[in-house]
Amino acid sequence: MASVTLSQVRKSFGSTPVVLGVDIEIADGEFCVLVGPSGCGKSTLLRMIAGLEEISGGDIRIGTRVVNNVPPKERDIAMVFQNYALYPHMTVYENMAFSLRLAKAPKEEMERRVDEAARVLGLVEYLGRYPRQLSGGQRQRVAMGRAIVRKPQVFLFDEPLSNLDAKLRVQMRTEIKELHQRLKTTSIYVTHDQIEAMTMADKIVVMNAGVTEQIGSPLDLYDNPANLFVAGFIGSPAMNFLPGKITAAGIAIGADIHLPMPANNLAEPGREVIVGVRPEHLAVADDGVPAEVVVVEPTGADTQIFCKMAGVEITAVVRERHDFKPGTAVRLRPELTYIFEPASGRRLA
Amino acid sequence: MSLSRFFNNRNTLGAVFMVPAGLILLVFLTYPLGLGTWLGFTDAKIGRAGEWVGFENFTFLFGDSVARLSLFNTLFYTIVASIIKFVFGLWLALLLNKTLPFQAFVRAVVLLPFIVPTALSALAFWWLYDAQFSVLSWALVKMGLIDNYITFLGDPWLARGSVVAANIWRGVPFVAITLLAGLQTISPSLYEAASLDGATEWQKFWHVTLPMLTPIIAVVMTFSVLFTFTDFQLIYVLTRGGPLNATHLMATLSFQRAILGGALGEGAALATAMVPFLLAAILFSYFGLQRRAWQQGGSDK
Repeated sequence: MASVTLSQVRKSFGSTPVVLGVDIEIADGEFCVLVGPSGCGKSTLLRMIAGLEEISGGDIRIGTRVVNNVPPKERDIAMVFQNYALYPHMTVYENMAFSLRLAKAPKEEMERRVDEAARVLGLVEYLGRYPRQLSGGQRQRVAMGRAIVRKPQVFLFDEPLSNLDAKLRVQMRTEIKELHQRLKTTSIYVTHDQIEAMTMADKIVVMNAGVTEQIGSPLDLYDNPANLFVAGFIGSPAMNFLPGKITAAGIAIGADIHLPMPANNLAEPGREVIVGVRPEHLAVADDGVPAEVVVVEPTGADTQIFCKMAGVEITAVVRERHDFKPGTAVRLRPELTYIFEPASGRRLA
Repeated sequence: MSLSRFFNNRNTLGAVFMVPAGLILLVFLTYPLGLGTWLGFTDAKIGRAGEWVGFENFTFLFGDSVARLSLFNTLFYTIVASIIKFVFGLWLALLLNKTLPFQAFVRAVVLLPFIVPTALSALAFWWLYDAQFSVLSWALVKMGLIDNYITFLGDPWLARGSVVAANIWRGVPFVAITLLAGLQTISPSLYEAASLDGATEWQKFWHVTLPMLTPIIAVVMTFSVLFTFTDFQLIYVLTRGGPLNATHLMATLSFQRAILGGALGEGAALATAMVPFLLAAILFSYFGLQRRAWQQGGSDK
């Protein structure tokens, strides 16, 4: 096991920059998730750590060793690919034993380690099968088994669950997390799904357009988003944003809505701001802000109410059951608001 | 009314659409093949319908030294040319699978020997191998490597080597381009997984490329062996089977006996004798190489 340190890591394909100077420190045994929309550079970053892409600038350290020019096979890392990349002509056993076979491990040790991994992953009865004869979830487990038997310093996961159906994805999410808790191997996990990131990570790195927007624990990112991007990306359903203006009394949204100023007020009157409210921080209350119901989606545990407030579409999530029809006038009270600067997206309060 | 219903029936319509193809196959493939086989069992000569003679032609050919030599030549020609075509074609395919400058152009150039009519390229080789005007001999002499011009097509073993070389030149593009198509279906992530698993370039080739390529190798080599075994044009233009029948293949000898010599029955028997070898090649590739357990999905084994 080892820590992984990225300092000012850059990557460009030709003249197109993809990763623009990224600094991340991942502690030994930590489960770090790189999350961001497609094209944000997260997969490229992972492939650079694996040694599958060259580094255009900066340093990558595994433990204390700089691995910039170390070939993949000498980095002592294992990777689980999005399409699993199982060798179709090898059985499950051969797939899992391949790296040990190349390393000329003794036969008994090879058998012992493959057997151990197969037991952990519930693959014992499938060892003689070929990948084609397995279901998606089983293939996924073989891919992880192949990584486990190596006992590497670092596990890399490249969107490993995106080819699975919704139910299996939730199940494998838990299995991967359990596995990490058992093995405690440093893991770096790439996904575009913020729920995966929130549920699995010790540390989340939110990336956008080749830079890190914010690094922190899941709840830290949820409670204290540093900017508009993180605020909109973390949390589901996504945070509502309303354009507003600072006044002497508080914040005005449109002509009719006035919100009280959040406690730590730094902004001067007249300034344009963006007000962010999470759907779960909107409560139906008589002293709330008027809005008009557009669509109601009950999910059982809670109800999502899509409304129009001051001409902007917003979402509210409420636990209690209401008999709202489209067109009903409701009053929603924001319990917690975030204030952002429109131009930079920086959070003000 | 009933006619239109007749033509709207799926099965009838299917049968109707198959008639032209069926007719073509019947008239141009089944009939000649059947006639050829039949002739092989008769004593037909040009100008005289044959009588059934059973296996007489085959027993005669078995004792005929020229026919036996042609069998040896055919096997030598097929085995040597096919092996070299495979090795060279695979090497070329691996090379073309890398990112090269002017990639499309290079790939097109590789195909050239395949698209030039064989008779034309054979003529060019005839010049290359000519006893007086050979460019090869000339170059070797000028380089000081030899003193006298080589009679490429004059000596039995030199002639065999020369026609094999010409066949390889012509056959490599087919092997290379087909294997290249096969290589491009191998997912790059398998190679990435192998590099992380600690494989060297050679181990990646041995443990990933080659096994993944076996199905396509089986197909391309079956075709290559069939084409080579039944080759006619190249030999006929270059040597006509000479010198001393040293390059006569079964196909060229069969033509010589049947058409030029007029012994239709004997020539047909010689051609028919090729069929078991071809069938054996097809069955070997089908059962030995093509059907691998890992390609069959589903069932438990």
